Parts: sequence; structure tokens; C-alpha cells
Amino acid sequence: MKKDSKPSLAARRDFLGKLGRVASCTGAVAGIAALAAIPGVSAKTESPAESGSFPTKDYDWTKHQWAFGVDAFKCIGCLRCVEACKRENNVMQDAHHFRTWVERYVYLEGEVSARVDSQQDPVNIEASGSEKEFRFANRYKDAKVDKAFFVPKLCNQCTHPPCVQVCPVGATYRTKDGVVLIDHDYCIGCRYCVQACPYGARLFNEEHGVSDKCTWCYHRITKGMQPACVEACPVGARIFGDRMDKDSAINLFIRNNRVQVLRPETGNAPNVFYIGIDKEVL
Amino acid sequence: MEQLLDIAPYVGWVYPNETVFTWSVLIAVYPYLTGLVAGAFTVSSLYQVFGFERLKPVAHLALLTSLCFMIFVPTPLLLHLGHPERAFNATLTPHWSSAMAAFGYFASFYVVLLILETWFAYRPYIVEQAQKRKDLLGKLYQVMTLGSYDLSEKSLRYDQKWILWLAITGIPAAHGLHGYVGFMYGSLKSREWWASDLMPVIFLFSAIISGVSLLVVLYVASCKLRKIPIDVACVKGLGYTIWAFIMVAIVLESLAFANLVYKGREGIEMIMEYVTGPLLIPYFLLQFAIGLMLPFLWLSYMIWRGTTGRALVIGVTISACLVLFSVFMMRWNVVIGGQEISKTGKGLLFYQPMIMGKEGLIVAAILCVAPLVALLGLARLFPPWVHGTVSSRVAAFSQQEEVKQHLLGIGAE
Repeated sequence: MKKDSKPSLAARRDFLGKLGRVASCTGAVAGIAALAAIPGVSAKTESPAESGSFPTKDYDWTKHQWAFGVDAFKCIGCLRCVEACKRENNVMQDAHHFRTWVERYVYLEGEVSARVDSQQDPVNIEASGSEKEFRFANRYKDAKVDKAFFVPKLCNQCTHPPCVQVCPVGATYRTKDGVVLIDHDYCIGCRYCVQACPYGARLFNEEHGVSDKCTWCYHRITKGMQPACVEACPVGARIFGDRMDKDSAINLFIRNNRVQVLRPETGNAPNVFYIGIDKEVL
Repeated sequence: MEQLLDIAPYVGWVYPNETVFTWSVLIAVYPYLTGLVAGAFTVSSLYQVFGFERLKPVAHLALLTSLCFMIFVPTPLLLHLGHPERAFNATLTPHWSSAMAAFGYFASFYVVLLILETWFAYRPYIVEQAQKRKDLLGKLYQVMTLGSYDLSEKSLRYDQKWILWLAITGIPAAHGLHGYVGFMYGSLKSREWWASDLMPVIFLFSAIISGVSLLVVLYVASCKLRKIPIDVACVKGLGYTIWAFIMVAIVLESLAFANLVYKGREGIEMIMEYVTGPLLIPYFLLQFAIGLMLPFLWLSYMIWRGTTGRALVIGVTISACLVLFSVFMMRWNVVIGGQEISKTGKGLLFYQPMIMGKEGLIVAAILCVAPLVALLGLARLFPPWVHGTVSSRVAAFSQQEEVKQHLLGIGAE
């Protein structure tokens, strides 16, 4: 059992010496890599996608820059958009998972802040009688209302998306044409992106164990169609189009109105433009 | 389907997708375990690097504790993932802008470091067991010698050098690992309750006090179990360590809270409603008053009065238990509390933890106890008390040398 002490010690020292050298080299490389990574780690990241005709032969994402408009003056809160979205995108049929939703703001006489609810509110669910169809309950019919309006919400497809920044595997990314997508086959389901979105636009699909979000119906818009919610809206409160097309509906909407975005102070630079919303809308 | 979801009741206005609770109790357990690792390693380093001789009785225990807890750190994360089988994607194709991406690297580096340091620290014991035992366990020890049976002074001095440098490297590694956990929360701008620049340091100091406290409890419990007298000087040393770090922890947490309130940014009304309502007991009473201030005052009193003996051991142990509880409450109040305040700043949610299920309370409790069970097993394989540390052996060599010189000197006369 006893081994000769000298060669053993020498061998071990040699081995450890080598190990040490490898470790220091790795350290140096890691240090340089870390320095190089700093610009990439900042919130203002570039899209990882390459240019060229992509994702299909018929569709070149460098030739489009999609944007979305919401005219809250027009919205009547019918929630056709929410139902259309759920059907089109196979979103879980319950009152806890939404790619898009509508908020109702009601200022009652004598009150300084708005009462806010959305279609998922238990009172509204009771009025609709189901978690698959949505209605706003007429809950303020006996109250004196000073001011009231509806605000459709959806993913803002931010230019600097915090959800993309925090994804540990790069399963979510921003396309060249300005839409934030998720690779559901790569998502590990850590939900860090759900936490990072200040708008509450991301959701988690427990059935598939992955994060989910509005894609502006990317499968439709890349074929020349409108997003399902835009098509379903009976009053034209949702406007969608290509910013690269000078006369597109969205460009006209942005040109003819004083538009605003939600939570501009976050630096996310959202791409859903609103008119007709009030100070309390976040 | 229903039992899969953590549906949270709410008041006020919350975004529709927020009604499903995103991060469960497991995500509170995760930083708790990481913190205990960092804290336990601090104790080991105080002895190995900074030469706190008083902490010698717990130096090896600290190392083993750190290792056992570190092995279990990834488990709450894996249980939480929607696709745990894809967890390695984060290491294979890390998305470097994510604070979470480096976890795999940090964690594996640290586990390797802990295993290496443990190996060096226990090498004399492993060699002795390998030579003495003839059973299956002897074979295991033989494998663990890695073919090196040299226990000469030179060889042990060499080992000691490695232990020192591994311990030195381990300090930024352990504390970096935990500071980074704090960064994961502090760097998010979506939640006012989390978005504090102080978050990483707060996490760090709470980690240190929790790890040192864990060692107090483990050390006292192990002495009781083994029916040996408790080394009061060691407990006093650990008590002093908790006392020193708890002050910083209290100051940092108070500063962060004061900043939040003083700046009074958007959503502060809801935060104030929350901390003075549902959070009043978990935050101010349990975490701050009972968990931090009481042990701090008690330790201060004992230091001032020069308490010693049984009273000191009881005082430090109870303080340690309170700190362990407080730090768990801190993790809970950060992780769960942060999500209970809606991103809208106009509503509050109420987390109702599931009891059963892979993210339930039972699993969370098991995960907190599992490292202790592992420690019990590992302590049988590598007893942290029977065997002297490498540095004490080296010191013994030096002493022998001095005695020899002395005797030679006498002989010459």
C-alpha cells in the first residue's frame, strides 16, 4: 500500500501545477470574454437574427417594421378581440391566461382615481357565465359616472425588451421586423421573462411548461393578413401596419394623432401607440 | 388542471396574467440555500484564511455544510422549471444578457472548488482510512486517495497551501454566487419592491449571518449528540461573527426600505398599504423585530456583560435560530412579497401556497432538510471532528521540529 513519497508528491505537484495553469488560462479567457460581453449584456441589445429573406422565401423580415395602434376613444369593450385571440392562438381557455385583454377605467362622481377592472374580474366572469366567453358586467349602472373608457392591452413588442434581456437561454428574441417571439421548443420555463415584463403581457402556459405572449399573430402578418384581434374589432380601435409603408394605416394613425406609449420611463421603447388614454393607464 | 395553478386572490387592480403566481415558495427556498452555503463557507474561510483559531472546531464542519447545501441548491430551480430536461440549455447556449445564464457556470465552479478543498482538507484522513480499513468502505477511501498516500510534512505543507488558496478563491466565489442571486431580483425594473441597487449586498449579508447561525446550531447539536463538552470559545467566536455581520445586515435593509419610502416613486402608496397591512407581521415583526433586532440586542448584551459558559451557549444558539428564521422570512418577503404587490401598483395579490405538488410546502420543507440529511451521511464518511485539520498537523510538525531543536540544543550543552 505504501507508496514512495517523493515521486508521488512530485507527480501530484506536477498534476496540480498543470491544473493551476489550465485554471489561470481559463480565468484569463473568461475575463477577456466578460469584457467583450459587456456591450451585449446591456439592455440595448441588437436583434440576434441575421438579415436576408427570412423566415420564409416569400417573406423578408428586413422589408417590414410592424407597429400597432390603439384608439381608446373607439373601443366599446365588447371583448371580441380577446376571444378572437384566444381562439386564433390556442391560449388556455380560462380567466388567468391572456395574450390580449381590455381594461375598463371608470371615474365615479366625487372620486379622484379610477376604478379599474378587466374581463378576468370575478364579477365580469359571473356576468359572462363562463371563463371562455367574456363580458363586462354592468356593475356601475346605479352609480353616477364622471368619465369612463376602455383600454385594449397587448404585448408592446418593445424595441429594448426586458423579457428578451433576461432569458437565460435566448429562447425569446426580437425579430428584424420588430416582433418579440418565443421558441417554445427551447424555452426552459423559468418564468424570468414573465417577471421582467412591466406590462404583465407575458403569461406562463402550465400545460406546455413554457412562457407565452402576444406575437401580433406573426403567423398571419407574415402572410399579409392582419392580427386576429385587429380583424375582429368591430369599431377599428386596433390599428396594425407596416412602418416602412408610408401610407399604411399605422403610419397614418401615428401621423394624424398625438400618440403615447405605456411606461416610457422604463426605457423599453414600446411599439404599441395609444390615443385616448388617461394619466392612470399604465 | 386546477391543481397545477397557483391562483392568487387579489384586491384592487392587477393585470389579468398576474392572477397565476409566477414564482412559488421554491424560489424563496433557492436563495435561502445559496445563502447558507455562502455563510457556512465564510466560517470556513475565517479559520483557513484569516486565522481565527477559535473557529477551528467548526472549520471542517463548515466546509462539509457548505458542500452539502451547495449540492441541493439547483434542486428547487429544477423542480420549478417548466422543462427541467432543458435546464442545460442555459449552460450550453447561455444568453449572456441574462443574469440567470451564468448560474450553471458559477454553481459548477463553486461545487468543484468545494469538492477540491474538502479533498485536500480530508486527505490525511482518507489516506489513513484507506490503509486501515479492509472493507468496502476502505476501497472507497482508496479510490478517494487518487493514488497519493504521501503524508510527509512537505506534502502536508503543500496541501495546506492549496487549502489556503482554494479558501481565498472561495470567498469571492461564494459571495459572488450569492450577490448575483440578489442581482437577479435587484436588476428587474418591473417591480418596485425588488428594483434596489442594494439588493445584492443585502442578500450577501443576510447570507453570511444565516450560514454562521446554521453552524452554531449544527455545532451545538452535534456536541449534544456526541455527548462532548461544547467549546465555549468557539461558540463565542461564532457569536461575535453573527453580531458583527448582523449590524451591517440591519443597516442595509433599513437603508433600502428608507430609500424606497423616501423616494416615493409611482406605486409607493400600494407598497405602504402592503407593508402596513399584510406584511406588518411577516416583515416588521418576524423578520426585523424578532429575527434581527432581538438577536442583535441579546448578543450585544452578552458581549457587554462578558457572559460565558452555559448562558452564552444558550444565548448564541437561540439567537442563531432566530437569525435562521429571520433570513428565511427575508427570502420569503422578497420573493413572495415582491409578487404580492401587483405590477400595476394598484392592487395586491395573496399567495396561497399549495401543500402538495412539486412546488408545494412539503417539497419546500423537504428541500430545506435534505442537505442536513446529506450532511449526516457525509459527516460519517468524513468526520469533521475526530481528525485534526491539515493546518494543525502542519503546526504539529513545526512543534516537533522545535522540540527536536530544543533537545538537540540541550544535548549539545
